[in-house]
Amino acid sequence: MEATPELTKQVNPAAVPAVRAASWSLWRRQTLAIMALEIKKNFFSRRALLLYPLAGLPLFLLAILAIVPPDTDEMQNFGMLSQVYAAVYGALILRTLVFFGCAWIFMNLFRGEVVDRSLHYYFLSPVRREVLVVGKYLSGLVAAIVLFSITTVGSMLILYFGLFPAESGAFFAGGSGAGQLLSYLGVTILACIGYGAVFLIVGLRFRNPIIPGLLLYGWEWINFLLPPGLKKISVIHYLQSLVPVPMSEGPFAVLVEPTPAWIAVPSLFLFTAVVLFLAGRHIRRMQISYAGD
Amino acid sequence: MNAITAQPVTATVATLDPSSAAGMIVFEDVSKFYGEVLGVNRVNLQIAPGITSLVGPNGSGKTTLMNLMTGLLRPSSGRISVLGLSPSESEEIFQKLGYCSQFDSFPRGATAREFIEFYLRVHGYSRQETADLTEAAIARVSLTDAADRKVSAFSKGMRQRVRLAQSIAHNPSVLVLDEPLNGLDPMARAEIIRLFREFADDGMCLIISSHILHEVDMMSDSVVLMQNGYVVAEGEVHGVRDEIDEHPIQILIRCDRPQVLAARLFEHEHTVEARIHDDRQGLFVKTRRPDDFYILLNKVITEQSLQVESVAPVDDDLNAVYQYLITSDGGNA
Repeated sequence: MEATPELTKQVNPAAVPAVRAASWSLWRRQTLAIMALEIKKNFFSRRALLLYPLAGLPLFLLAILAIVPPDTDEMQNFGMLSQVYAAVYGALILRTLVFFGCAWIFMNLFRGEVVDRSLHYYFLSPVRREVLVVGKYLSGLVAAIVLFSITTVGSMLILYFGLFPAESGAFFAGGSGAGQLLSYLGVTILACIGYGAVFLIVGLRFRNPIIPGLLLYGWEWINFLLPPGLKKISVIHYLQSLVPVPMSEGPFAVLVEPTPAWIAVPSLFLFTAVVLFLAGRHIRRMQISYAGD
Repeated sequence: MNAITAQPVTATVATLDPSSAAGMIVFEDVSKFYGEVLGVNRVNLQIAPGITSLVGPNGSGKTTLMNLMTGLLRPSSGRISVLGLSPSESEEIFQKLGYCSQFDSFPRGATAREFIEFYLRVHGYSRQETADLTEAAIARVSLTDAADRKVSAFSKGMRQRVRLAQSIAHNPSVLVLDEPLNGLDPMARAEIIRLFREFADDGMCLIISSHILHEVDMMSDSVVLMQNGYVVAEGEVHGVRDEIDEHPIQILIRCDRPQVLAARLFEHEHTVEARIHDDRQGLFVKTRRPDDFYILLNKVITEQSLQVESVAPVDDDLNAVYQYLITSDGGNA
């Protein structure tokens, strides 16, 4: 039995701040408050523990590759290293790690709260639900960008400096290395922005988001086989158009011209804005019935 | 039964001037279905300031009604107004309404103070306002000494207080509480009930769900009886009190030495029955005077140094009381 001290009244109702009218300033404060809480969750909650091995996987594999390089032409030739990294980045980092990492982070932004039965705290606050979507999305973005940027930069540096330290110094300091590195970083950030929005709405709309997540994964993977018109209904098409070293998609790929950056980047932003708008509309009508989840 | 009256479709908890509707919660012919399953059906209510208790067995629709008035659920039909606002107007309504739900969930590693501050910041308060309001709310539920400890280390009763503090921190005019006394020991229950009365005396409108009739009796001004999604009766609370006095309620006490407890409780003239639980770690007690019983229970626990895990009424027995309330002459149901 717990001890119960005397309860006392200590609030002066007159001292409570007055009702605040909706304004950009209020929404900005609320967004920042939501982000502060959510960023902590994204980095330090139990769910976040899965992200660290995921983000560290390429670093680990490339470190092993650098320590024990296989006896192949690509690994012995500095000139071929950009192709090696392009393959690692495209297949492992972009299509797999960033994809599933974003799926985990962004789908859990709302679905995780429903599972934890804590979403009602937000829904019972005087905050526009659209502001909640924006705050949570930005918090997910911070987590995804920090983790996967480290992976992108770290894996490239490990591969280059691990195999060819002398040449790599010149490559990154005076050659095209820094430019490639920044381009890969930019693609990673754009991937987080695009996939983040998609997985946020998937987590909002589906009670079990794994199946739509896997369908989306399949769609992104078979992108190279799709006719040109359908290729453009994907995130990966625009991201691949932006990578500094084009990756071979194999003999069966349907080849199309890459979308120019001045179209690809705004398209991704526009796509993200539309998806977030739809998420805002959906959450406006969303009900909480934990018993059904 | 005298003050409890049946209401097949429409009911009014208190006789109120319609012009004062802006100060109340109004349900107009509200129904909520979960697919084919009935949540609540054709509810008409006007809830006045003071303490109104929603009473009914598990699954009767109490939580659905609360979730509807707080906008967590949308009605399938009908209209709800809280202080003149629709529950869907979250930006306005939650500046005036607090909801202490029964869901016991906190961010990992958060202290009580951090938890309350998190959500006050989401309201949009400045750091200083947040700190002041948090401190006041913590003091109000007597958690000052524990405010900087992690909530995960709290007892159920203390976590309940944290949620209560969070729901009152912005000083709402309407406070909705879903089973707020669950898990609290008798002393804590009494203290919290006293706090609720203070809120009500300050002019706050409290809506409290409970399936513990004698607590409803202690704290409520009005009572709404629910069963199977329908509001079946409503009225002032003294009618419930009379019925409780006549009909014993059954309470389960989980403790280490139920035999000792049983022997001592039988000395109390209003103890109707005491039966030891099959696992020999609990005692079922039927009593006609729950108030006196809880006082006696506290005394016995202290005297015998019993380790008590929980004290809770037993639903099946309460259902019998509800049935009686609903179907008695006064009930007209």
